[in-house]
Amino acid sequence: MNKIEQTPLIEVRGLKKYFKKSGKTLHAVDDINLSIMPGTTLGVVGESGCGKSTLGRTILRLIKPTEGQILFEGEDITKVSEAQMRKYRQSMQIIFQDPYSSLNPRKSVAEIIATPLVVNHVCKNKAELRKRVKELMDTVGLADRLYNSYPHELDGGRRQRICIARALAINPKFIVCDEPVSALDVSIQAQILNLLMDLQDNMGLTYMFITHDLSVVKHISTEIMVMYMGNCVEKAPAKELFENPLHPYTKALLSAIPIPDISMRSKKIQPIRGEVASPIDPAPGCRFAPRCDFCRQDCTGSSIPLVEVSEGHFVACRLQEK
Amino acid sequence: MSEKLLDIKNLKVQYKSGNVPVCAVNGIDLSLNKGETLGLVGETGAGKTTTALAILRLLPERTGLIPEGSITFDGQNLLEMSEEDMRTLIRGEKISMIFQDPMTSLNPVMTVGEQIAEAIEYHNSTREGEEKIPVDERVNEVLEMVGIPASRKDEYPHQFSGGMKQRVVIAMALACEPELLIADEPTTALDVTIQAQVLAMMSELRDKLGTAMILITHDLGIVASICDKVAIMYAGKIIEAGSLEDIYVSKEHHPYTVGLFGAIPNLKVETRRLSPIEGLMPDPSELPSGCYFHDRCPHCMEICKHEYPDVYTDGTHSIACHLFTKKGVQEDKDE
Repeated sequence: MNKIEQTPLIEVRGLKKYFKKSGKTLHAVDDINLSIMPGTTLGVVGESGCGKSTLGRTILRLIKPTEGQILFEGEDITKVSEAQMRKYRQSMQIIFQDPYSSLNPRKSVAEIIATPLVVNHVCKNKAELRKRVKELMDTVGLADRLYNSYPHELDGGRRQRICIARALAINPKFIVCDEPVSALDVSIQAQILNLLMDLQDNMGLTYMFITHDLSVVKHISTEIMVMYMGNCVEKAPAKELFENPLHPYTKALLSAIPIPDISMRSKKIQPIRGEVASPIDPAPGCRFAPRCDFCRQDCTGSSIPLVEVSEGHFVACRLQEK
Repeated sequence: MSEKLLDIKNLKVQYKSGNVPVCAVNGIDLSLNKGETLGLVGETGAGKTTTALAILRLLPERTGLIPEGSITFDGQNLLEMSEEDMRTLIRGEKISMIFQDPMTSLNPVMTVGEQIAEAIEYHNSTREGEEKIPVDERVNEVLEMVGIPASRKDEYPHQFSGGMKQRVVIAMALACEPELLIADEPTTALDVTIQAQVLAMMSELRDKLGTAMILITHDLGIVASICDKVAIMYAGKIIEAGSLEDIYVSKEHHPYTVGLFGAIPNLKVETRRLSPIEGLMPDPSELPSGCYFHDRCPHCMEICKHEYPDVYTDGTHSIACHLFTKKGVQEDKDE
């Protein structure tokens, strides 16, 4: 694979999203740079409130960015009008976390999957529409007999399959998966992860996979970005990040995963102290500093740049600066 | 050997719903010694929470039904106790429960201090002639114990974060120093780093106070880090039980357990595909004949379709599967 010749499918430069509320500013996404190559998966990990969902939605322009650029196949989509954006939306879709609240309870499975096809005038007639919906249901592993069922009749795993079919309906190139398996049981979670990976192999999809579950993200991602309070603290290829985590927060996150292996039991868990601070008007400097065991004087005061320590491995930490 | 604290024999729980009963728990045996921690593992709908509610006799009065079984706690059969005795002698005093969602298990219009004091005051009032627990001191003590400064006791739940709320709930449960603590998915609603903090605190307190614990979870990783024994539930039955070594190290497993482990993405080993169990758990109002797992089982034999397997035991390890019982093995050879 020659990376230099390819244009990234998605490129984000200096993206910021601030929410203003009663004179204060909430820094949800703060200066994020990323690029996703076609056919790969970028995993975005972080705890609740770190801005990972806001980032996903801002990239799709479901939320207007405060500052920065979003490039889709090399074209800037930050400034285009809503009408023009429609064209791009056909290639970008999203799967939400909760399959219970992201489906209209009054519409049948077929109607839900058909909606994007109807809205975008993809099918010429009803027969074609029906055929396409059945095809999609087959792709995601939904039985034909569920064609006229309603979401409440189905379990979480099947509902998530409907959401996936709906996202696939108009042949997108890029899908933001916002915690698609968090609401599901482990055995169902594995079924959905396998489905998403098969679809990627067969259709060459590009994913941005947002999750708080590190074991899931390692399994599915090509590259992983760790976020903390709106900042990217570390970014590396999946394998590299797990073998050689450098940022203290990444290390803490990794050590906090309970591992189903009792030989690890003797190793006492050393949880990081404290909780995530408020993202409203944060002080400059490393946002993890108050919880960090290695915090030094120069960690606060000025912002910390993301530096490349080895090929493709970026980290924002004073300890890694030479 | 240590003393037996809880002994459940052939417990069945059904919910009334329309004409067909929903069989949530279908004859389980469980035992727990003093100071031990049992991990009760299973997917949504396996009957884990129903088992816990049955122990505390908190099943919904009109619809919840225990047709068979016994729950012996400290020598008394809880199912034969009066409601009055359950309230004064057992709940909150000897057995406490922590629920999954800390956001909804606290009263939003009472300060956390008042909520913790409530249980202590109630049990003080029912203790005649015995020594009473000084309420204020005890509230301060338990709050400090779970890592919350006692000065915050006059604050309301909304002023605490999720992790802190769960600490308050744990403080409430431990206020009367119960002998058994049932924790129903105590960390599922929390972030990983906060989960690690709460789990570390819970195991520390358990060791300090010597409380026995039943930890209900779907996370095999959590079980590996803090439990002594494991029981795996499927469709209201315990399909495999044993010590940690039996479940995590031993080679012999129920096919469902194998499936559960296969479904977890492993951080150590590179696998491109996960190997999930196909299909879904059976509907508890229409349980299949024979082994409840047979239609999803990759090793299903003829006998599995007709007969529920006997329990095969090897030391502390028990598996309910025809693959391991003599009957199944013999038939396998005949075929």
